[in-house]
Amino acid sequence: MNNKNSGGSEAEDLAKAEMVRLLSIVGRERSADAFEAIFRFYAPRIRSFMAAKTKDRQAAEELMQETMTAVWNKAGQFDPARGNVSAWIYTIARNVRIDAFRRKRPEFDMNDPAFVVDEVAPADQEFQQLQEAQLLRGAMATLPEEQLDVLRRAFFDEASHSTIARDLGVPLGTVKSRIRLAFEKLRSSLEGRL
Amino acid sequence: MSVKHHLSDDFLIEYAAGGLSEGWSLAVATHLALCSECRQRLHAMEGAAGALLDKADEGANEDEAWARFKARTADIRVEEIKPEIPTITKQTVVLPEPLRSYVGGDLADLKWRTLGRGAYQILIDTKDKDTQVRLLRIPAGKPVPEHTHEGRELTLVLAGSFRDGEDLFARGDIEEADGDLLHTPTATEGEDCICLAVTEAPLKFSSWIVRLVQPILKI
Repeated sequence: MNNKNSGGSEAEDLAKAEMVRLLSIVGRERSADAFEAIFRFYAPRIRSFMAAKTKDRQAAEELMQETMTAVWNKAGQFDPARGNVSAWIYTIARNVRIDAFRRKRPEFDMNDPAFVVDEVAPADQEFQQLQEAQLLRGAMATLPEEQLDVLRRAFFDEASHSTIARDLGVPLGTVKSRIRLAFEKLRSSLEGRL
Repeated sequence: MSVKHHLSDDFLIEYAAGGLSEGWSLAVATHLALCSECRQRLHAMEGAAGALLDKADEGANEDEAWARFKARTADIRVEEIKPEIPTITKQTVVLPEPLRSYVGGDLADLKWRTLGRGAYQILIDTKDKDTQVRLLRIPAGKPVPEHTHEGRELTLVLAGSFRDGEDLFARGDIEEADGDLLHTPTATEGEDCICLAVTEAPLKFSSWIVRLVQPILKI
């Protein structure tokens, strides 16, 4: 694996594997000690994610607490074969935020009889998910700041492409091409996996 | 069977970020139920969002927040995970979730309203005001009335197929169109085509007769 672009990633990889371990302990044993480490890592990050949209610290704090409560409650549902901890917690935070703004986001249901399952089931998915998270992180580190900025505005501020274009004072096509370039890079880094 | 026509990054990233409104999200989520390739793309986007989250540290001291959390969870009941009870067998289901819940059942349960010339529709209610969502049934071999759009349109095929110019759209395929496009999708011979259509504003039919009845039929 080409790792030269993901400086300092070995420590991060260890931390990621540790998060998976802690979360599964929380899921099995409801251990508050295990959860404290997860809380201390993610609380400040979720608070700043929430503040990007609420623009209000108190509201951001409340939504962060709600998100961490959901993480605590749902820990047993986290499946390390399906994703990494940060991506999973991001989706929980996103859904808490959508509920807070009283909007609806319909989702597919993997247990629905009409659901079309994945064609290939890789052998060791948990390992693959950790590896994939590492590749993503490495690729993210190589993205130019202008592409990262657009992704941050899309995911944190929940801004549409046209809002991003207006706020940055650039044409819509520029925003779209920055997003396209960013995801081309991320996808090619995951090649063989996606 | 594999899906040939996929979602664009634009729609998928807005859905991943949670900013896409309910009507569009219904078409996106129903396509995702049928398309493992787009699910993997969504997964990568959520992975990127997770990596951004990792970098969003403000370095605050969390003692106070952790104390609040502990006080708050002391009296919180752990959510029970309900066992999954499959209700219908695989062969019988045409409409995937989340669509099936929105229309209140599978194909056999639907109450179609005629649009004339053998075409039918069902309007689907959502909370958002910026989209119109409908299920359309176009008779085999017949065209959807010629129309242009104001803004974006998503059309997801659920049964049968249609042709638009050179392209064939079958179950699971999703077509994305915008306001500049004047197109005439035509249902393929042999089977009625059932699709989920989401539009930004009422369709502007360019045939004068359809335009005349459009306000009456509310299409």
